[in-house]
Amino acid sequence: MEHIRTPKVEQVKLLDRFSNKSVTGTLHLTATHLIFVESNSTSAQEIWILHHHIASVEKLSLTTSGCPLLIQCRNFRLVHFVIPRERDCHDIYSSLLRLLRPVSYDELYAFSYNPKQNDQEREEGWQLIDLAAEFERMGVPCDQWQLTDVNREYKVCKTYPRDLYVPITASKPIIVGSSKFRSKGRFPVLTYFYQEKKAAVCRCSQPLSGFSARCLEDEHMLQAISKANHNSRYIYVMDTRPKLNALANRAAGKGYENEDNYSNIRFQFVGIENIHVMRGSLQKLLEVVGTRSLSMTDYLVGLENSGWLRHIKAIMDAAIFLAKAVTVEGASVLVHCSDGWDRTAQVCALGSLLMDPYYRTIKGFMVLIEKDWISFGHKFADRCDQLDPDPKEVSPIFTQFLECVWQLTEQFPQAFEFSEWFLIQIHEHVHSCQFGNFLGNSQRQREDLQLKERTYSLWAHLLSEKQNYLNPLFSPSVAESHPVLEPSTQAYHFKFWRNMYNQYDRSMHPRQSILKHVLTLQESKRELEGTVQALKTKLQKFGVSTSPLKPQTPPRERSLPPRPQSLILGAPLLSRKEVQQEEDKEVFGEEAREDAPASTGGERTVEGSSATENGYGELMGSFGSKNEPGVVTLEFGVARMTC
Amino acid sequence: MELSEHIKTANVEDVTLRRPFHPALRGTLCVTSHHLLFSDRKDEASWQLLILLKNIDAIEKSVENLFGYPRAVGSSGTITIKCKDLLVLQLEIPGMEECLNIASSIEALSSLESVTEMYPFFYRPSHLTLNGPWGLSSTEQYYKQTERLWDRWRVSTVNSDYSVCPSYPSAVIVPREVDDDKLIHSARFRQGGRFPVLSYCHHRNGMVIMRSSQPLTGANKKRCKEDELLLQAVIDGSELGYIIDLRSAQQAQQARMTGGGFESKSFYSHWKRIHRHHERGKVVQESLIKLVEACSDPSHSVDRWLSKLENSKWLSHVHSALSTAGLVVECVERDGHSVLVHGSEGTDNTLLVSSLAQLILDPASRTVTGFLCLLEREWIQAGHPFQQRCAHSAYSHARLKQECPIFLLLLDCVWQVWRQFPLALEFSEALLLRLAQEVYASNYGTFLCNSEQERCAAGVKENTHCLFQSLLRPDIEEQYLNPLYEPTDLAIWPSVHPQSLQLWTGLFLRWTEYAQNMEEAREEVWSIVKEHHEQAGPDRTNNTLSTHCDTLTSFENLMDELTIL
Repeated sequence: MEHIRTPKVEQVKLLDRFSNKSVTGTLHLTATHLIFVESNSTSAQEIWILHHHIASVEKLSLTTSGCPLLIQCRNFRLVHFVIPRERDCHDIYSSLLRLLRPVSYDELYAFSYNPKQNDQEREEGWQLIDLAAEFERMGVPCDQWQLTDVNREYKVCKTYPRDLYVPITASKPIIVGSSKFRSKGRFPVLTYFYQEKKAAVCRCSQPLSGFSARCLEDEHMLQAISKANHNSRYIYVMDTRPKLNALANRAAGKGYENEDNYSNIRFQFVGIENIHVMRGSLQKLLEVVGTRSLSMTDYLVGLENSGWLRHIKAIMDAAIFLAKAVTVEGASVLVHCSDGWDRTAQVCALGSLLMDPYYRTIKGFMVLIEKDWISFGHKFADRCDQLDPDPKEVSPIFTQFLECVWQLTEQFPQAFEFSEWFLIQIHEHVHSCQFGNFLGNSQRQREDLQLKERTYSLWAHLLSEKQNYLNPLFSPSVAESHPVLEPSTQAYHFKFWRNMYNQYDRSMHPRQSILKHVLTLQESKRELEGTVQALKTKLQKFGVSTSPLKPQTPPRERSLPPRPQSLILGAPLLSRKEVQQEEDKEVFGEEAREDAPASTGGERTVEGSSATENGYGELMGSFGSKNEPGVVTLEFGVARMTC
Repeated sequence: MELSEHIKTANVEDVTLRRPFHPALRGTLCVTSHHLLFSDRKDEASWQLLILLKNIDAIEKSVENLFGYPRAVGSSGTITIKCKDLLVLQLEIPGMEECLNIASSIEALSSLESVTEMYPFFYRPSHLTLNGPWGLSSTEQYYKQTERLWDRWRVSTVNSDYSVCPSYPSAVIVPREVDDDKLIHSARFRQGGRFPVLSYCHHRNGMVIMRSSQPLTGANKKRCKEDELLLQAVIDGSELGYIIDLRSAQQAQQARMTGGGFESKSFYSHWKRIHRHHERGKVVQESLIKLVEACSDPSHSVDRWLSKLENSKWLSHVHSALSTAGLVVECVERDGHSVLVHGSEGTDNTLLVSSLAQLILDPASRTVTGFLCLLEREWIQAGHPFQQRCAHSAYSHARLKQECPIFLLLLDCVWQVWRQFPLALEFSEALLLRLAQEVYASNYGTFLCNSEQERCAAGVKENTHCLFQSLLRPDIEEQYLNPLYEPTDLAIWPSVHPQSLQLWTGLFLRWTEYAQNMEEAREEVWSIVKEHHEQAGPDRTNNTLSTHCDTLTSFENLMDELTIL
């Protein structure tokens, strides 16, 4: 609080990123949020920006109308304020600079956020995902794989979880020896077990082989993994790096497995670029899609030059290779990159998702993230820039994983229980630091922070609003008949994910959404059925028999079910009407207010579109500014929805 | 020459057919005057493939004659057939001679130029009769149905013998106060005689969209009083109208050197000209060719694909068509001014922009009937030269003459609108795909010829069936309905950010595996919605209301009983 010098500034203008439109309102600065409230009383839109979401604040040079402040968020929102007085602008600017750089974990929102749950509810939230149960579901421990307590005290590997699964024949000395030969001690452990063929997906970091070093224990370890699978004489070792990178690492005493030293391995480079390349690529992508009056040519050329979709395809290719090796050849696979927490996590998680329909359900997807990302030590704090950032460590590795899943949902519309809003919501909270799940870099650090005692779990929150994230097309029978997804990797399947990277640019989104419409239909049907049930019970209480019902025709007119306003963030359904807590406002802030007018009828959907937003080119002459016809006043509904 | 004389070999046995996503089939191949027929005669439930020869865009043959063998033993040939609907088939034909014969018959018969020899003149299904009115509506009928026109507009039959403008229909709608004499003068001042006529009158404010061709001002800046008066009558005292010129300012200037030109500010003082560059003719055709080529090569890397997609420029054309249509709608709906649209000839991009603008503005044109009427009025009657433009599609090796897939571009744009407003159109993607196919090869006469005049001369109306009428038969129409349709009165402005536009996979990737999953998903959407529509009454607007009517009925019954209690 002491950092806030000016809590409120009036007459602030908010400029639209793609058109010349602007709205005026009041800017509030609180301990957790930056809030903009439009002053137009009839259609006041609100924008809530969590400090943790702010990636950068920039003060541009003074203009005649005031001092511009440009705020770029990690959820790809970009807001451009113009503050009338320079001093206010400077105050806000310097407060924000301080607020968005928390110096200790205790300052993170998660530690002050309180969704009004009691301790028991919180505990239950944390118990939702149980990784031991997940390994049991896969069929582990079994006659070939066992739980080892070697890392119980985090002595062998600080960045691994306590519970690790290894081949039964891998003794402690072998494990310890192997871990000494692996970067950061991340020795090969089981991450997914394909029961049908007894094939295992294992992960580790690169070996410290240098130019000639070898380690018998590590060789034994790989042999043990190989022997645990009777279906195949060999195992694949996937190095997810480009060969050049792996070669370069040898000079630093690291490197890759020498096929001569390990018996029966098939070594394979995959060629996913490193975190720095990915960071640069996203940067380029965002520049392109943030350009005003972008031409189709510049868009496509920019998309190509950013290389983003190429990288997405590389990850997908690796995952497909993994899934094929396991499901078709029945071979076990060991995946690693350099440290085994970025590319390795991407490939293992995506590969498992291809193989196992469970991971394509809402609950299963949470388990997958919990297992391959959180527990195995993907460095969320560093990659997502949570605390005292090192810009060289930041990289959109997890975002890429979510995008790969999205690309799959596009190819297989019926295979996933969740829709893209689930992915986007997870992305939102990976950066929000509002829940404890993604804080810190490793399990051990999370325990030190006592997250389970002091913060809440995102998964419980997401499950409580599960119906917002359902994919109405999901068909469990498709999952039964085609348990393994075999995506095509033809170039035209890789599309730009507009709803993620242009999430807050409302004018770009379709005005009507099939997904939402179908969901609304289903929801209102459910609701009506509920009402009927309730009334039936009531009647029974009165002792009236409810059947047979007399048919009644024609059906009485009924107002249309409330239709979602815009695809994005979309006020999913009825639950939205419930009073939003602060955290929801942060994400859904603007929509929360849209509910009231939503009942005024179906027309609103279409008003979502207006000429000015779409930028067909401004009309010249003085005629553009004259009184606008009646329809345009309806458009205020839009103005409100647009930020 | 009789058509049958082209056929040297009519029947070949033991032909192998390969198509995407299906196992190879063996059967008999048969060439008739208008069709290629493949029949798998193995069992009772035989399967047939019937392709209109006109649908064949290109044919490639490769013959293998195994050296050293006696003639005809072991020799065979493969014919690759590339259709205008983008399907590619392969036929393995035993016998080199048969193969060459079949290929040459197909080549000859698929490129017939005489209209009356085309299949629509021979298509006589038992359920259709040739008597009765042809088409959905005429200019006169349209005028009669549109009450808002009666006051200021009239139907002129100045073109009844097609002498004033050969590409216009016999009747057109013009301002009431402009007499036929002035029209004749104005027509002389416009390329191809296409003087400004009414295309659409907005139901909300009475503002209109007019279309014409370019004025023939020439190098020495000729003017035409009657043309000026005609346009003056259009805006009728209001302060301003917009002329959307579909060429860049520079191109419009250059057009003066060849006798064309533009409306100069000094003579048309109440009209404001806005130039928007649109590619036309050959450039667009080449775009289509490049795009289809890019889509049919599965080996591209992501970078290569994006670069090829960009290089084709197809999406850029979609982008500019929708932007300009949006601009027209902005003028009419938001600014409340009338608009005149023209490019050079006024038969291609002009129609594209004016019909897209109507789709965005006018709820009536978003129904199945309304959309087909729009196509009939704005494309067929308005004289889009279908025969020239759709002679070849993306695969043809023939030298380009006047081909140009402007109509396909329109369908693509409509698809983009549908994607952004999936509830606002009564028809589904299936109708657009059907039209994309029919425009290149059809059993019906609707897309034959280049103008009303030609259709009259060829007797199209008397001797062929009308596609639109047949699409509207209730049992057929049902396939093309959008189950999510909920009419809205408002303009549906599409977003034209490049991020909002997409490749029309339903058309361009139609024959790839991609389509399969999508088809399943689409069916799922339909079944969900249909489940809700089960008890839909005959009244369409009731459809959504009746979504829950069974639940509601019981609900109401319970309510009644509760009240009694």
